Amino acid sequence: MKEKIRIASGQGFWGDLLEAPYHQVTKGPVDYLVMDYLAEVTMSILQKQKKKNPELGYARDIPELMKRILPVCIEKEIKIITNGGGVNPFSCAQEVKKVANSLGIKNLKIGVVLGDDILDRIDEFLQSGIDLKNMETGESISIIKDRLLSANVYFGSEPIVEALKLGAQIVITGRTTDTGLTLAPMVYEFGWNYENFDLMAAGTVAGHILECGAQSTGGNFLGDWESVPDMAEIGFPIAEAYPDGNVIITKHENTGGLVSIETVAEQLVYEIGDPKNYITPECIADFTSIKLEQVGKDRVRVYNVKGKPPTNFYKVSAAYFDGYSAVGTLTYSWPKALTKAKAADRILRKRLEFLGLQFDEIRTEFLGYNACFGPLAKEIDEDLINEVVFRIAVRGKDYNAIERFGREIAPLVLTGPPGVTGFAGGRPKPSEVVAYWPALIPKELIKPKIEIVEV
Amino acid sequence: MKIRLIDIAHGRSGDKGDSANIGLIAYDEKGYKILEKYVTADVVKKYFEGICFGPVERFEMPNILALNFILHNALGGGGTVSLKHDAQGKTLASALLRMEIEIEEPV
Repeated sequence: MKEKIRIASGQGFWGDLLEAPYHQVTKGPVDYLVMDYLAEVTMSILQKQKKKNPELGYARDIPELMKRILPVCIEKEIKIITNGGGVNPFSCAQEVKKVANSLGIKNLKIGVVLGDDILDRIDEFLQSGIDLKNMETGESISIIKDRLLSANVYFGSEPIVEALKLGAQIVITGRTTDTGLTLAPMVYEFGWNYENFDLMAAGTVAGHILECGAQSTGGNFLGDWESVPDMAEIGFPIAEAYPDGNVIITKHENTGGLVSIETVAEQLVYEIGDPKNYITPECIADFTSIKLEQVGKDRVRVYNVKGKPPTNFYKVSAAYFDGYSAVGTLTYSWPKALTKAKAADRILRKRLEFLGLQFDEIRTEFLGYNACFGPLAKEIDEDLINEVVFRIAVRGKDYNAIERFGREIAPLVLTGPPGVTGFAGGRPKPSEVVAYWPALIPKELIKPKIEIVEV
Repeated sequence: MKIRLIDIAHGRSGDKGDSANIGLIAYDEKGYKILEKYVTADVVKKYFEGICFGPVERFEMPNILALNFILHNALGGGGTVSLKHDAQGKTLASALLRMEIEIEEPV
């Protein structure tokens, strides 16, 4: 057994810093590179892409990235784990195989985790009385069944561990928990038992700290952010994991950013609910048990993590079509920028009313004044405001109404208050609203499947 | 005396469906005691009037000197549906850090 392993986070979301994975595998020693690409909406976007072209539906950054990092990862024996397979992990693996072939790489096994996509099984579940109730509203999924765009089960680390056991150096999954990507190598390398819930919780907490990339190494840090060194070359987090469940969060030495108790604590509280019950497929981690200790420069030890047995359910993330929306913006300048923007809002709303257009919601915000804090925004001396962006958004079921709204923004430039600019982007186009449906499903109904693509 | 939360704490906020969570983290034990005593769920609910339309829950994490608040029905329908510029509640932690509280303790 290895005495320790170093797991590097390479992406915190699809759209994250493209250079990060390359730096993680080249700037210092690591054993694993884990990359999270999937936000809740991402699956539905990928499902749409797959509908148009059955060979798509995965994070298309991956083949390009592999061209750069595969030679290094092969040489240094770094394993890669990613959920960027989206709704088509098999096609993603085929593309990676092509890249490997073009680089002359041989004897490479790519593990593919399948079985999380349940979009085609909804009727089957409904017929057997599994109605995938919305966790927030309690409604049965049958009410939006015809508008479903994607439905995926969140797998944990287990299928990834299986793929590693089959010799995979790259593991590509669909919907896997962000935390499972990091826990998997610990289970595999240290032979952790899935019944040891404290270890499961320790790996899960490490995964939570890594899952948003540089958010634990000084990025988006609300503490003394101005003291964070060299954000231009910010280092992404690395979990140095030990067989006993101790984890040290760190980053490569020659990088920017900061790993302190404060930066790690901010990531610990990110997007959590009840901290005593952080639920994953492997365990229920107790975030109130976690202890943090600064053990060196940019080194924070995470220890004492306690866990309980998991539930008998997998989380399901489904997405469905829910109408259209559009957003328009115009910029008003001094003098009386805010007064002008407010007048523009009143004028536009009257025109929409004259046209008899129906919306589910119309929302106005004034960027530079109240877009972030809404009613909490403080009154300011208007003479000090240089400019305000008038932002108006609409949402509704009627495509034509949303489309017509888009045609009413530009006319304000010549038919409304003066000192206005910022209409270069053309008419706002209606975009489809994709709503999110969280549910639970009994674990026994879902079986992950592992396939190995050999290069 | 009057203090602003930003004087004694930092934090981070984000979304879970139509709920926002705000983790408020004190810089030291003394600060945590103040947060624990004065920044109750009721105080936060009242502060976010007009933003949060559901209940506010508070969870204590003394191990990392943090309080975690869940603001239900606070994001205009949730990340993908919301028309808000800040649909994911990313700036709500900053909004809370701007809150002033009247305390008895010296800081």
